Order: sequence, then structure tokens, then C-alpha cells
Amino acid sequence: MAATATSLPIAEHAHPDPVHLKRVGLWLFFFSESILFGLFLSARFFLEGIEAEHLDQALGLGITIVLLLSSVTAYTAETAIEHDRRGIAIWGLIGTILLGLVFAAGVGVEWSTAEFSRHEAFGTVFFSMTGLHASHVVSGIVLLVLALIQLLRGRFNSKDHWPISGVVMYWHFVDVVWVFYYPALYLVQGV
Amino acid sequence: MYALISIASGVASGLIGFYVGVGLTALVRVAFGHSPWDAQISITVGYIFGLVGWLMGIGMWGAWGREWFGLPTYARKAPGWQRYFVFNSDHKVIGIQYLVTFVVVFLLAGLLAMVMRAELAQAGNQFLSNDQYNAVMGLHGILMIAVAVAAVIGGIGNYAVPLMIGAQDMAFPRLNALTYWLNPPVALLLLLTPALGGLETGWTAYPPLSVLTENAQLLFNLAIITFGLTSILGGLNFIATIIFLRAPGMTWGRLPIFVWSMFVASWLALLFTQGFAAALLMVLLDRAFGMSFFNAEAGGDPLLYQHVFWFYSHPAVYIMVVPGFGLALELITHFSRKPLFAYKYAVGGLLGILGLSGLVWAHHMFTSGMPNYLHGPFLALTEAISIPTGLIFLSALGTLFMGRLWLKTPMLFAMAVIFNFALGGVTGIFLADVPTDIHLHDTYFVVAHFHYTIVGGEIFALFGAIYYYFPKMTGRMYNETLGKLHFWWMFLGFNVTFFLMHWPGILGMNRRIADYPSSLEGVNLIISIAAFALGASFLVFVYNMVVSWVRGPVAEANPWRARTLEWQTSSPPPIENFPAPPVVRGHPYEYGVPGAVHAIVPTPMPGGAPAGGAK
Repeated sequence: MAATATSLPIAEHAHPDPVHLKRVGLWLFFFSESILFGLFLSARFFLEGIEAEHLDQALGLGITIVLLLSSVTAYTAETAIEHDRRGIAIWGLIGTILLGLVFAAGVGVEWSTAEFSRHEAFGTVFFSMTGLHASHVVSGIVLLVLALIQLLRGRFNSKDHWPISGVVMYWHFVDVVWVFYYPALYLVQGV
Repeated sequence: MYALISIASGVASGLIGFYVGVGLTALVRVAFGHSPWDAQISITVGYIFGLVGWLMGIGMWGAWGREWFGLPTYARKAPGWQRYFVFNSDHKVIGIQYLVTFVVVFLLAGLLAMVMRAELAQAGNQFLSNDQYNAVMGLHGILMIAVAVAAVIGGIGNYAVPLMIGAQDMAFPRLNALTYWLNPPVALLLLLTPALGGLETGWTAYPPLSVLTENAQLLFNLAIITFGLTSILGGLNFIATIIFLRAPGMTWGRLPIFVWSMFVASWLALLFTQGFAAALLMVLLDRAFGMSFFNAEAGGDPLLYQHVFWFYSHPAVYIMVVPGFGLALELITHFSRKPLFAYKYAVGGLLGILGLSGLVWAHHMFTSGMPNYLHGPFLALTEAISIPTGLIFLSALGTLFMGRLWLKTPMLFAMAVIFNFALGGVTGIFLADVPTDIHLHDTYFVVAHFHYTIVGGEIFALFGAIYYYFPKMTGRMYNETLGKLHFWWMFLGFNVTFFLMHWPGILGMNRRIADYPSSLEGVNLIISIAAFALGASFLVFVYNMVVSWVRGPVAEANPWRARTLEWQTSSPPPIENFPAPPVVRGHPYEYGVPGAVHAIVPTPMPGGAPAGGAK
């Protein structure tokens, strides 16, 4: 039972690819966040069923298209840096940040022109859901800016670009949340 | 000196952050034509900035934050005991940080329970007003909830899990340090609540009262949302660690049962803790912005809170007790000197609890006025959870059966877990059944039930584990006689206190209330005396731990002759845990099986046990 050191196979500690590990960690964080978003989504139907107040449909559709397009530019940036195409990556990140700002501004316009108040039930769910989502968009923009600054200063290449991949994953996640929130707030209509 | 610099810079930048946050809020508010100060919004924003400032000041800026700006990172070095006061990413340091912090919180919250029992020794108000009683009761509740969630997972889990699976550290060591250092602000906020009016709602924070009450509630909400974040990040870290950092040969079927229980509890924490965060966030939005989640007048519904809150808070009891089960099984198999009986069924039981725990929450709401058609399903699903729990019990009993029991202090605590939880489980049936629950709801029967399950099931396992890992953590041995004295004193005090509590509960004595009918005086006096005895038992524990840590006899590397990996390295372990990576060859619990080997650690440390453990 007491084996000697010489007869042993050479063993190593489990060393998973650190980027793979971080990717999994981020996915676990998304699982957790989905429950938070899901509970606010459930609260919308629990309190208001499928009732809805009047919302600016053109504006809603517009910011949704903008947010979906921003995922395309984010994906472009990530793919570009994987192939060492720095110029495209920089413009991809800048485009994502600009589209994100347009989305946040659109939510701001929607908030200031809304015909209902936050003190009533539909206002409560509308402002809290869009606010929760917009706070994630804003934090995503901050992270994108941090990644862009480092990219402009010459960091990141096809071998080392986890911060860009991470923030792009986060951006896609925030985008997917809106794919559920947009119909729940804008398209559901009581008959 | 290092410790002082670290803490002082954390506190200083935390304060700066708080005032920056309050100032920014004032600027924005003035710009939009409001008054510069609004308690809800200013304190919330100030707290968020202050929290970030505290984390950065304590060492996260150097160890992590600089990386976000493309700067090189550095870690503050601190020798000896001072390493516990810096942003240290070693899982063994973090485990001991958690354990010491939450044992102190446990003793504080225990003192609050003594105050409550002193008040309840006689009918009528003795020395506390009703409001003061509410504040004491609420603080006792939430502090103990924090202990139950974090002491085993954060303390024992952080210390033992990477060692048990043969890893060098957790998957995300810096995230682990961040997780610990989020806790001191939580404790600070909760201890400040009495200054802002006290917690009137108890730890459950039901609206509408929690929306209307004093600003102590605001501190509570901020503290618990932060605490939820530590729970989520900790769970995330454990899941990644257990999936990716197991030593070669450590297959899922060879994983020690405590690691399995931590895996299950981590998934529960990761997924369900957001329920508490969401519920308290809704209360915060109602308080700060006058929203109407819970204002029935404007279309809200207080029942929404109860659904969202219990969606977390019932799974939370499994976050608490599942690692307790894991520890109890672990200790019982080591000290019975037998392989763990029905290992696969015990793992199945743990996974069964994971699967069912999200489907039972509304059994807390049978008297809340929710639709009647929900009663039946939640009754049945709640009772179904006794099936996986039963598998774990049978595994424990089968391991004890015909074992060569080695009745050391940790084993006594582990056996007490089985005894206490049996009582807690049986009383749970009456609370899951709608007809009996309608009578027993919100009485001392409920108090007795959840103390039997959480204290009896988890806190006893925690103390067993503290004694079990004491030689591993400190390199010294505790005093066995004092350990056994603590056990019997605590066990008897606990059982007299809480067994008697069922009786006034059945007679209808309401919980959370400072007064009761004078006909219940006799039994309450006996409960109070027993509770004081229970409280006094921890003096023995503290004395034993402090004296043994300072000058106890030096312990062997493997005083329990255990076979699991954490005992195959020196005590305390070196910073890299194992001198060389271990290779796992077989099951961890094959006590008395000829020729069985759990793992081979290539170069045993001087004075270490032979690889695989002695029989």
C-alpha cells in the first residue's frame, strides 16, 4: 500500500485552460442572473397579467433593433481580435458602445414620455424591468470602454483576448434578456 | 502593522466612497430640482460607492483592479497571523477567516437569544418594550441565518473542499477573497440597525410593514443583498472548482460525500439566492421611488413578496442543512471505521433534494390567502422531499450499524445531527400538512421545528467539523475532555429547550411576540433556564478553542487515521496543499477493506501518514 515515489506515474495537478474556466464561471453567473431577471418578469405577469398601458411602439421596435445590431458589432469585434485584425476589432467595440448608448438614450426617452406613473402597478413593473435591464446595459458599456482603452494601448491579440471575449459574452447575455423583456412589455396586450 | 494598514486603508477608502456617493446623489438631485438629501436614495448610492471603496482599499485594487486598466498587479504580503487581515486568496486562510468571523457572529446572536429568553421567562413585559423585543428578535434571526448560510459553506467548505479533491486552490482564488471581504460591511450594517429604529419585521421583512417602517429596514435590505452576492459568488466558485480541479483519478463516484453535499448546496445558492435579492430589491424600489409592487391600493400585491421571498428562503434551508448532512455522513463513516453505506443512494438523496427544493416554497404560505388550489400540490411536493432525506438517513444508520464506533467529540456531534434532525423532520410533517399547519402556523411549534432542523442538523455538524478539522487547521490538538463536556452540555441544553417549546406552540403561543398568556408561565420559565444552560455551554467551547490554539499539544498529521485526501498532507498544510499532486486510485471510505487504496501522494511529508491512511 505504501508505494514508493519511483514506481509512480508522473502526475500533475488538474490545470484546465484558464480561459475555459473563466468562460464557465461567467456562464454560471448568467444562470444566476437569469433567475433575477426571471423573477421580475414573473412579477410583471403576477401583478398585471397581460394588461398593458400605451407605449411608443416605434421607439420600442427601434431600440430593440439597435440592441440586436450591437450584438452583431460585438461579435465582429471578438472574431476580429481572434484573427489579429485590430482595426476591425477597435471599430467593432466603438460601434457596440455607440449602439449601446443609443439604446440607453432610447430607454431614457421612453421614461420621460411615458403616459403612466411609477406609482401605479404597470408603471412599477415597466420602470423596474427596463431599469434593471438598462443598469446592465450601462455596466456593459463601462466594461466595453475599459476593454477598448486597453485595445487602443496595444494589448490583446489572437492568443490573449479574454477580457474582450468576456465582455462580449456579457453583452450577448444582456441582449438575450431584452429578447424576453421586449415582448413582455411592448407586445403583450390585454384584449 | 500590515494588518493595520490593510484594514485602515479599507475603512478610509470605504468612507471616502460613501461620501462621494452621497455627494454625487446630492449634485444630481439638485440639478433636477430636488432637495440634496433623500435618506433612501442617498444612503443606497453612498453604500454602493462605499462598498467598492472598501473592497479596493482592503487590497482588491492591487490584486485585481489594476488588471482592468492593463496595469501589473501585486498582492500585499503579511506574515503570521496578519495574513488573516489582508486580501488573501489562499482558500485555507479564507476558510479560517469565515469560520472565526461567523463563530463570533454566532456567539453575538446567541447573546441576543439569551435576552429574548430572559424577557420571555415571565408573562408580561419585564425589561424590554415591544419595539425593543422586535429589534432583538429580528437581529437574532438575521444574524443566525447568516451564520447558518455562511459558516459551513464559507468556513469548512473553503478550507476542506480543495484539499479533499486534491486541488491547489479554488478555481477563482481572487473571487474567493472578494467573497469573504464583502462580509464585514454586511455585519456592520446589521449591527447599525438598532441605531436606526431596529428591525420591526423580523428577518423575513414582509411588506407592507417593511415598506413603511424605519430606515433600519433600508440597512437590512442593502446588507442582505450584499450577503446574497457573497452566497452566489461563493457557490459559483465551488461549482467550478469541483467540476474542473479534481485530482487525476478523482471521478464523480469517488468524490467524498461532503464535497457532493457542497456541490448541491452551491447550485442551490447560485440559483435561488437571487429570490431574496429580487424580493428585497422590490421592497427597496417601493421605499425609495414610491413604486407599487406591494401597495394593494395601486394594483400591487403583498403576496408577490411572499412568493419571491420563499422561492429563495425555502431552498435556503437546504443550503444550510445539506452541507450539514454531508459533514455528518463524512464524520460517521470515518469514526465508524466502515465504508459509507449506500454511497450512491446518499448522493442520489442529495441530488433529489436539489431537484425538489425549488418546488415546495408555498408551504410557508398556507395561511396567507393564496389560492386554495395551490395547497394540495405544495403539500404533496413538500412531503415528497422526505424521500431523498430518508435515503441520507438510511445511509447514516447503515454506516453506524455494526461499525466499530470511535466516540470522539466530532463523532458525538455527528450522531447528534441524526438524532436531532429525526425530531425536526417528524415535526416538519405537521407543518407541511395543511390542516395541522393552519393551527400550528406562526406558533412556537414552528420555532422548535426549525431550530431542530437548522441548529440540530447544521450547527451541530458545524461544531463537529470544527473539532474534526481543528488539528488540521492549527496543527494542535484540542482538549478531548472539554470537547465531550461541551457536547453533552450543549446537547442536553438544546434538547430540553427546544423539545419543550413544542408544547406552548401546540397550545397556540405566538412566536415573535414579547408577551404571552400567564397560563404558559411555568413551561416558559423552564425553557428559559434550559436556554441559559445551552448558552453557557459555549463558554467551554471558546475556552477550549482559544487555549488549545495557543498552547495545545502538537497534533499528528492524521490524528483520526482518516483516508480522505485532506489528511494525507501535513497539518497545517503547506501553501500549495500537497508537496506533489496526488493520484486517486479508489474509493475514499474503504476502511477495513484489505488492499484498498484511496490515493497516492508521491512524497509523504516528514511525520505524515502513509498514503491512503492506516486501517
